[in-house]
Amino acid sequence: MAAVTALNESPAAASAGQPRGMQVRRRRRLNVFRYVVFTVFGLFFALPLLAMLRFSLEGAKLGTWSLTAWRQIASFQGTGVPPLISSIELTLELAVITCVVMLVLLVPTMIWIRLRVQWLTRTMEVLCLLPLTIPAIVLVVGLGPIYNRIQHYELSALMLFWVYVILALPFAYRALAAGLSAIDVTTLSEAARSLGASWFTVIVRVIAPNMRQAILNALLLTAALVLGEFTIAYLLLYNNLQEELYSISRNTPNAGVVYSTSFAALLFAFVLLLILSYAGRRRGGRG
Amino acid sequence: MTSSPVTRTQDGAGRTAVEVRMEGLSRHYGPVVALDRLDLTLHPGELVALLGPSGCGKTTTLRLLAGLEDADSGYISVGGKDLTRVSAAKRDMGMVFQAYSLFPHMTVRQNVAFGLRLRRIGSAQRDKRALEMLDLVGLSTQADRYPHQLSGGQQQRVALARALAIEPQVLLLDEPLSALDAKVRAQLRDEIRRIQLEVGITTLFVTHDQEEALAIADRVGVMREGHLEQLAPPTEVYSRPATPFVAEFVGLSNRLSGVVRGGTVEVRGCTLPLVDSNTPDGEAVALVRPEAVSLTPGASSESGPLIGTVIAVSFLGATSRVTVDLGGTSVLAQLPTSDATALVAGSRVTLTIRPDPVLVSASSAGPAAEEEA
Repeated sequence: MAAVTALNESPAAASAGQPRGMQVRRRRRLNVFRYVVFTVFGLFFALPLLAMLRFSLEGAKLGTWSLTAWRQIASFQGTGVPPLISSIELTLELAVITCVVMLVLLVPTMIWIRLRVQWLTRTMEVLCLLPLTIPAIVLVVGLGPIYNRIQHYELSALMLFWVYVILALPFAYRALAAGLSAIDVTTLSEAARSLGASWFTVIVRVIAPNMRQAILNALLLTAALVLGEFTIAYLLLYNNLQEELYSISRNTPNAGVVYSTSFAALLFAFVLLLILSYAGRRRGGRG
Repeated sequence: MTSSPVTRTQDGAGRTAVEVRMEGLSRHYGPVVALDRLDLTLHPGELVALLGPSGCGKTTTLRLLAGLEDADSGYISVGGKDLTRVSAAKRDMGMVFQAYSLFPHMTVRQNVAFGLRLRRIGSAQRDKRALEMLDLVGLSTQADRYPHQLSGGQQQRVALARALAIEPQVLLLDEPLSALDAKVRAQLRDEIRRIQLEVGITTLFVTHDQEEALAIADRVGVMREGHLEQLAPPTEVYSRPATPFVAEFVGLSNRLSGVVRGGTVEVRGCTLPLVDSNTPDGEAVALVRPEAVSLTPGASSESGPLIGTVIAVSFLGATSRVTVDLGGTSVLAQLPTSDATALVAGSRVTLTIRPDPVLVSASSAGPAAEEEA
């Protein structure tokens, strides 16, 4: 080693340079690995989406381009099914109702359990995570008689929100639980109580605003679940967006509209995700 | 000051200071007794510090007074009004917590104005009052910042301003300085005392730091296992401890064996007066403060009851603490650093014990000076 050390370079510096060189090589290898993994998985996810987009833009003749399928989203009607736009509206309404009901039920309950009945935490967690472990078909078998009863009073597919709230529970619960554990709920609530706040004020004006990001995440997951749900709606004989797309794909001569609508739904969820992430970042930067 | 439950006093600003009474307060957590029939009275405008080791019940006392927990039995009154079953939101008490408790999504100004908003005070008056309070704690320039943009000391000062903004009857401080570094802690401690005197509010201060308690309290209550061992002015707690526990918990004490005889105790040839002159005669352990022990370099003879060898010298700034081996017993002496410079480990010294009143304990003597809990 000494033989190859330059005159103006001490042996210590040379031996220090060796691990630095190794570090650089290791970092380079790690970067290459990262890019390879990113590219492979990126292609895995992007290729079907791009194929879907390309198919939705296919013109009347093979290999040509057209926006017809995208223009038809608003006006398309398959045989024997309601107009596509009504399914889109209904699914968006379902998403909003499910989000609102889920938030109204879950946020105060979780805060209350954290503040006043902590011994119920494990029970609450098990109850909320239970829908993950029950297959959709089993849920439908259980929910069938209940929905038969509901249909006596209300036929609207909006009634699906009951089951969607249950389906969204595990995801919303985890998102909200992460948000709750990130703040000192007990101290904040005690501080607010000592200043004269009622329990309602504590939950609405002190705790919930500090869970903003967690609430946004729960909303996103719930909305994404409702926008993409097919099995339960299909088995309970309701028409939502995914069920309608499936019906159209089985009957229509113009499959392009199925793909343009599916892609639009995905795009909507993606934009929603971007908006929520942006909102969260703005909040984080301020306080 | 008076002990009448309905008596109120007014400070210079015209604010009414109230008396706080707690009688027979008990609180159990399963089989653990956190408070056992505690009686405590805070005179109007007084700052009482509760001091004690972890689990002694000091925070439980404060939380019961705040209404954040319910007492199993007992009675709480503020200004003669029974608050035992009143909820925390309606007790009209300002509280500063050990953990940072500012609402993260609100600015400093909004935090301070929060309690006023709940009381439906108009926004102009709210802002004015919030700024006044921030001015009181020296943070009016930080009004539009968020809590995460403030240091720990600043956050606690804002919490103090927020607690005072609602003009509470009682101020409760639950170890508000324990998360701060030593310098900020000392500054804020003095500031809390200044503000408390300025506002003239009856205050209960809970701490495990004896220096903090002795420095700012009008009276110090030393607690142990749910009981109040002694409630007295700081100088009395230190110089005339009521029980061996208080003597050992507050400050340092040397445990030296001696013999009690006729209201005095004889320790290694020195006769010391007793705090309690009714102590029965017999063998006992005298609790002697390190500052009552002085050292003279050199020894007139080879051995004697008060001739020992220096083991270690600890520099504490203006004073130094010297550990001396006195024939198998370690004795601590606290001296001005200028006097301690001549002492090195291994040197022979002669001890002198100042005849201050001492407390004796019936238990057997330990070999070493007891450090604070």
